[in-house]
Amino acid sequence: MNSVINVMRRELTGYFATPVAYVFLIIFLVMTGVFAFYMGNFYERGFADLDPFFRFHPWLYLFLVPAISMRLWAEERRSGTIELLFTLPLTTIEAVLGKFLAAWLFIGLALLLTLPMWITVNYLGQPDNGVILAAYLGSWLMAGGFLAIGSCMSALTRNQVVAFILSIVVCFVFLLSGLPMVMNLFNSWAPQIVLDGIASLSFLKHFADISKGVIDVRDLIYFGLVIGFWLFANVLILDMKKAD
Amino acid sequence: MIEVKSLSKSYGVFKAVDDLSFTVRAGQVLGFLGPNGAGKSTTMKMLTGFLTPTSGTALINGIDVVENSVLARKTIGYLPEGAPSYGEMTVQQFLGFVARARLIDKNSVAVSVDRAIEKLNLSDVKHQVIETLSKGFKRRVGLAQAIIHDPQILILDEPTDGLDPNQKREVRRLIRAMAKDKIIIISTHILEEVEAVCNRVMIIAEGRLLADDSPQALIMRSRYHNAVSLVVDAAEKVASILGELPQVARVELNEGELTLFPAGDGLFEAVTATISANQWQVSALRLEAGRLDEVFHTITSGGAAA
Ligand SMILES: Nc1ncnc2c1ncn2[C@@H]1O[C@H](COP(=O)(O)OP(=O)(O)OP(=O)(O)O)[C@@H](O)[C@H]1O
Ligand SMILES: [Mg+2]
Repeated sequence: MNSVINVMRRELTGYFATPVAYVFLIIFLVMTGVFAFYMGNFYERGFADLDPFFRFHPWLYLFLVPAISMRLWAEERRSGTIELLFTLPLTTIEAVLGKFLAAWLFIGLALLLTLPMWITVNYLGQPDNGVILAAYLGSWLMAGGFLAIGSCMSALTRNQVVAFILSIVVCFVFLLSGLPMVMNLFNSWAPQIVLDGIASLSFLKHFADISKGVIDVRDLIYFGLVIGFWLFANVLILDMKKAD
Repeated sequence: MIEVKSLSKSYGVFKAVDDLSFTVRAGQVLGFLGPNGAGKSTTMKMLTGFLTPTSGTALINGIDVVENSVLARKTIGYLPEGAPSYGEMTVQQFLGFVARARLIDKNSVAVSVDRAIEKLNLSDVKHQVIETLSKGFKRRVGLAQAIIHDPQILILDEPTDGLDPNQKREVRRLIRAMAKDKIIIISTHILEEVEAVCNRVMIIAEGRLLADDSPQALIMRSRYHNAVSLVVDAAEKVASILGELPQVARVELNEGELTLFPAGDGLFEAVTATISANQWQVSALRLEAGRLDEVFHTITSGGAAA
């Protein structure tokens, strides 16, 4: 556990020692604002809620989370620090968890910085704060799912650009799997159980459930499983291929 | 104690390390010598648990590096080739991270970091971001990181590469000072370094062990061992006279320097006696101990057998 925290601390120190953290935070805040106000008609709708704000989170994460996760392992490989890290007395699992948690906390911080939005809707009207809280939780969990995918992809290569593109592709698949567009491809021929299976993989569907304010244990388990699965794959990839 | 048992590493069909076996005991400072691509770094990566051997294993104080890697790593301090470090951190932050990762007690982390900084003369740059340091300073940060937990086993891949002459001396002094009841393995391309710090040398080429001896014994394999070199006027004439001595097996004249190879004992005495008898003006005269670079060349180019 101490090793996990130590790795996590080091990562966070790294984020804030470079412009990465500040650039990310600013872009995240500007983009959430732009999406909510312009594309989501935050004011004109006449409802006091944060739905237009949250609705675009999956799409924002699709690009911003891989931007954070691409360096997690690719950079360790490129700079050779992976050799330093894995000759320290810590397990691969501890290192993977430490790095994942650092990035996840960091995205949590970005979310926290959007709290003025929440304050604004409370000022404008009487929103259902329970629903908003649930949506925040759902958004953060979904970010964790994206991040686990990104971390795993980053372990595959020493090139951050390759890691970025791979992550976007895999995240995109997970994001879209529930949309009508994709489901139509399968509707005509696949049996119902496969359809349900594909649909239930979708980040969008589970996020939509939570952000309606219904925190269903199944949605929590879903995101937990997604994170667990990809981090496990991440550990396996590192164990199989530490050096190039 | 390190026991290496038929350690091998292949990349595809290429054997980077081929069936290495040896034992290193406390008090030994072992130098890996070998041409580029010999497998020195690969061997070190396996000893430190970074690479998994294709076959064979190594025991670190009885702990198997393959079976029980994390535990085996605890007693080792390691400077990887190229001294990688997290460039965006300051020297102090980085050493703090390694100290905690090395499971140093929370209250002793600061002390350990300070001690390592002092040993490697890093006080002036301890708040500087590692990325902005010069190559030699980065190497010293790597060394500081390796010794931070005062490990019983030190494995250093080219520890003095990129250091200025003063720092080279400092680091060699540091290695010698730590050598007592530790195991130290270094790899290097600097032959004087081997003579200066090692009490055991292994010459490796193409992944195989070609020689395992003390530096003195290796030097004695040199054909220059006990040869006499001198610089004198009218060298050709002198060469022909000295060549007649029964103690001289061979004479070589090389860039004005005359080298006499021994045919038995007493060469030096015979030469000095002849010089004074003929009253030659000799501007340099020395008894050769042997030349390690020549031994290295002979062994690694497939000449003398080990
Ligand atoms: N990932 C890899 N894939 C293929 N071959 C590799 C890999 N890593 C190392 N090798 C090869 O293994 C051999 C041994 O390399 P190693 O780095 O151990 O040499 P070395 O003795 O440390 O050389 P140097 O003195 O140049 O540092 C080299 O021929 C190298 O090309
Ligand atoms: Mg090497």
